[in-house]
Amino acid sequence: MSAAPVLSIKGLVKRFGGLTATDHVDFDVLPGEVHAIIGPNGAGKTTLISQLAGELRPDAGRIEFDGHDISAESVPARSMLGLGRSYQISQIFREFTALENVMLAVQAHAGSSFSFLRPAIDETALTLPAAEALELVGLGARQHEVASAMAHGEHRQLELAMTLATAPKLLLLDEPMAGMSQAESESMIALIKRLKGRYAIALVEHDMDAVFALADRITVLVYGKVIACGAPADIRNDPAVKDAYLGDQEEAI
Amino acid sequence: MTWSLFVVQLLNGIQYGFLLFLMAAGLTLVFGIMSFVNLAHGSLYMMGAYFAAWAFNNGLFGIKESFLIAAFVGVTGSFVLGVVLERTLLTGLYARDHLDQVLATFGLILVFNEVARYIWGVSPYYMQVPKALEGTVDILGIAYPSYRFMIILVGAGVALGMYWLIQKTRIGMLIRAGASNAPMVGALGVNIKLLNTLLFGVGAALAGVAGLMAGPILSVQPGMGEPILIVVLVVIVTGGIGSIRGAFYAALIVGVIDTVGRVFLPIMLREIMERSLAQAAGPAIASLLIYLVMAVVLAIKPEGLFPVKNG
Amino acid sequence: MLKTLKPAWIAILVMVVLAAIPIYAALASQPFYVTLFSRIMIFALAAVALNLILGFGGMVSLGHAFYLGVGAYAAGILTAEGITSGWAHLAAALAAGLVFALAIGAVSLRTHGMIFIMITLAFAQMGYFLVVSLKNYGGDDGLPLPTRSDFGIFSLANNTVLYYLIFVCLAATLWFFSRLIESRFGYVLRGAKSNERRMLALGFPVFRYKLAAYVISALVCVVAGFLLANLTKFSSPSYMAWVVSGDIIVIIVLGGMGTLFGPVVGAIVFLLLEELLSSWKPGWFPGIEEVINKHWLALIGVFVIVVILTAKQGLYGQLVGGRLGKRMANGGAASSGGTRHA
Repeated sequence: MSAAPVLSIKGLVKRFGGLTATDHVDFDVLPGEVHAIIGPNGAGKTTLISQLAGELRPDAGRIEFDGHDISAESVPARSMLGLGRSYQISQIFREFTALENVMLAVQAHAGSSFSFLRPAIDETALTLPAAEALELVGLGARQHEVASAMAHGEHRQLELAMTLATAPKLLLLDEPMAGMSQAESESMIALIKRLKGRYAIALVEHDMDAVFALADRITVLVYGKVIACGAPADIRNDPAVKDAYLGDQEEAI
Repeated sequence: MTWSLFVVQLLNGIQYGFLLFLMAAGLTLVFGIMSFVNLAHGSLYMMGAYFAAWAFNNGLFGIKESFLIAAFVGVTGSFVLGVVLERTLLTGLYARDHLDQVLATFGLILVFNEVARYIWGVSPYYMQVPKALEGTVDILGIAYPSYRFMIILVGAGVALGMYWLIQKTRIGMLIRAGASNAPMVGALGVNIKLLNTLLFGVGAALAGVAGLMAGPILSVQPGMGEPILIVVLVVIVTGGIGSIRGAFYAALIVGVIDTVGRVFLPIMLREIMERSLAQAAGPAIASLLIYLVMAVVLAIKPEGLFPVKNG
Repeated sequence: MLKTLKPAWIAILVMVVLAAIPIYAALASQPFYVTLFSRIMIFALAAVALNLILGFGGMVSLGHAFYLGVGAYAAGILTAEGITSGWAHLAAALAAGLVFALAIGAVSLRTHGMIFIMITLAFAQMGYFLVVSLKNYGGDDGLPLPTRSDFGIFSLANNTVLYYLIFVCLAATLWFFSRLIESRFGYVLRGAKSNERRMLALGFPVFRYKLAAYVISALVCVVAGFLLANLTKFSSPSYMAWVVSGDIIVIIVLGGMGTLFGPVVGAIVFLLLEELLSSWKPGWFPGIEEVINKHWLALIGVFVIVVILTAKQGLYGQLVGGRLGKRMANGGAASSGGTRHA
C-alpha cells in the first residue's frame, strides 16, 4: 500500500556564506511511521528541522505538507496546518505551571485568544486536554508545579506534552532524549513507541538505542547530504554509513 | 527657491550630519559589541561642550580664548569621563537586561544635567566662535561660514580615520569581529573588557568633539544632549545597529533631510496650498520628516540600511 | 497558579485611603491634597497602563508619554475650537490614540529589544516636536484650557468631582486588567514575554496580540492625558517629553513591575518624593536647601540608579510576595520577546 507522505521535501538547499548546511536533501515521512534522521555533529540536522518548522528559509527546494506547499508559510501557519515541533533545548514557559504551559499549547488551536474577561483556568476546553497530555507523558502528578522548579528530564517531558497538545499530524522531534538519564530515556522511548501509528514522526536523535528501537526508516545526513536512506537493518550494514558515521559505534548496536 | 539658499542649507545639512555621525559611531559600536546602549551618551556630548567652553572662557595655563586648548580639554575630558563611567558603573550593566540599562542610564542623565545646572547655572553658557574662523569660505561661488566648514572637514577627517582604523588595522579587525560575534572574540583570548573600555572612551571622546564643535553654534546648556541623542538613535536604527557604514550614510541622510526639509518644505507647500494652511502644516510636517524616513526604512528593511551580518 | 491578581490587603487599603483623601482634605482645610493626589492617581493610571505591556508583555516602550499628550491635546484643541463637551473630547482622544497606536505599534513591534526601546523613544520625540510646531495651538508655550471638559451630568469644575472621576478610572482599569491578565489574551501576552519563539511554534500569530495589547495600553494612557489636561487646565508639549516617559518607567519599577498594583504604589512614592524634595529644608548645613530644592532631580537620578542595582522587585513587589515578585521581575528579559539581542 503506498500512502501519500505526510511530509515531503525535495531538493532542499541552505547555504550560510560559503558553507552548504543542507545539500539538495530529499526526505519524506509516511503516515504513522517513525523516520529517524541521524548523522555526526555538524551534519545539519537542526538546520534541516528549522527549515521544516519555518524558522529558516531555504535557498532552494520545496516542502510539501499534507498536500500543501508550505515552503513560504510562517512558523505559526505551519503549526496550524498540523506540524508540531519539539526542541532540542526545551522551550517552555518557566514562570508558568506545567498545566499552564500545556494549556497555552491547547489554546493556540482552540479558537481565538481575543478573550479578555473570562479566566482561562475556568475553561475546561483548555484544562482537560492539557491535563490529558500531561498524563500521557507522565507528568500528571506534577500539573501544578511551576516549570522553573522542575528537573531537566521533566522539562523534556513537558516539552513533548506541549507539542502533543497542539494536536499535530506530524511530529518533528529534535533530540527528545537530550540530556536524559538512562532510565528517563527508556521512559521516553516507551512513550514515543505508544505514539507511533497515531502520528507521523520525524525523529532527530543521537541515541542509537532509541533510533534502532523506534525507527521504521533511517536517513543518514553527513555534511548536509543524504548518504543513505532505508530500513534500519539496511542502514546498519551500509558500508558508506559505517565509514562516515557508525564506524566505531558498531559495538553499541 | 534660490540656488545659494539651497547650497547653504545642503552644506548645513552635511555639517549637521557629520555631528550626528560623530555621536552615532561610538554609540553604535558599543551597542554592536556589548549590546548596550548608553542613553547618557548625550550627557558626554554636553560635558564635552561644557569642558571646552569653560577652558575657552577661563583659560588654561593662562591662555584664554584658544580654540585648540578648548578642544584639547573637551576631548580629553570626555574621554576620561567616559572611561571612568564605564569602569565604575556601566560594566555592571552589561549583563543586565535592556530595561535596567535604560533606567540606569536615564538616572545618569538626570544626575549629569543637574550637575551641569549646579556648576554652570541654567542659562546657556556662551562660547563664541574662535576669531580665526569668523569669516567665510568660498564654495561654488557662495560664501559659507568658515567655522561650519571646519566642522565638515573635521567630520570627514574622523570618518576617513575610522574607515582606515576599522578596515586596515588589527584593532579594527578585532572591532569588526567583536561586532559580529563578541563572545567568540573573548574566547580567542582577546581582552574584550579592555577593548570595550577603550572603545567606550573613544566613543565618549567623539561625542565630546561633537559637543565642543557644536558649542559655538548651538547653545551650551543643561539638557542639550538629549534632543540630539534621540536623533542619533534615529540614525543608528535607520543605518543598522552596530554598523559604522550604516551610521555614516544614515547620519548624512538624516542631517540633510532634516535641515533642507525644514527650510524648503514650508516653501514648497506654500506653492501648492493656500498660505495659512502651509504656514501651519509646513513646520509640522518638516519636524516629522526624519521620523517618517525611519519608519519607512524600518517597514521595508527592519534591520536597517546597512546591517552587520551576525556570525 | 499565579496569585498576583487577588488583590492583596495592601492594595485594598491603599485604594480606601485614596478614596478618603478628599474627605481628609476638607476636614484639614488642605485642598492642595486633592490636587496632589489627583496628579498621583493620573500617573498611577499611566503607569498601570504601560505596565500591561512592559511588566506583563515584556515590551519596553520608552515613548508612552506621547499618549498622555494625545489625550491632553484632544481636550485642548477641541476646547480652543469651541467644543467643550467632555464626551467629544474623550471620543476624539480615543480615536486619535487608536490611529497613532496602530501606526506606531505596527512599525515598532516589528523590532525587538533595544531597537524597540529606541524607536518608541524616537516616535514620542516626534510627537513632541509635532505639537510644538502647532503654532495655532500654543506651540512651545502650550495651550490653556479655560474650562474643564463638560460632561453634562456632572461638572469637573469641582476639584473633588474630578478627583473621583480619576479614582473611578483607576479602579476600573485595575479591575479590567486583573481580568485581562488571567484571560486567554493575558496568557498569550505573558507567554510572548516568556518565550516568544515557542509561542510562534505553538501556532500563535503573536504580532497581532502584541499590537492589540500595545493599543489597549496606549488608550488608557490617552485617558490619563485627558484627565491631566483637565486637572492642570493646560495642555503642554512637556507632557510628551522623554523625561516623562522615563519617569513612568521608573514609577513602574519602583513599585514592582511584576504586579498589577505595584505601579500605583510606585506613583505614590515617586510623586510624594518629588514633592517633598522640592520643598525639604533639613538645615544640615547652610546652602543644603538650595541644592536639594533646586537639584532634586539629581537625587531622583541617584535614587533610580540605586533602585535598579538593588531592589529589582520594587517596593510593592517585595511586600506582596518575595518569590512571586522575583519570578515575574526576572522571568525572561524585559526586552520584547525574551531575548536580549536586537
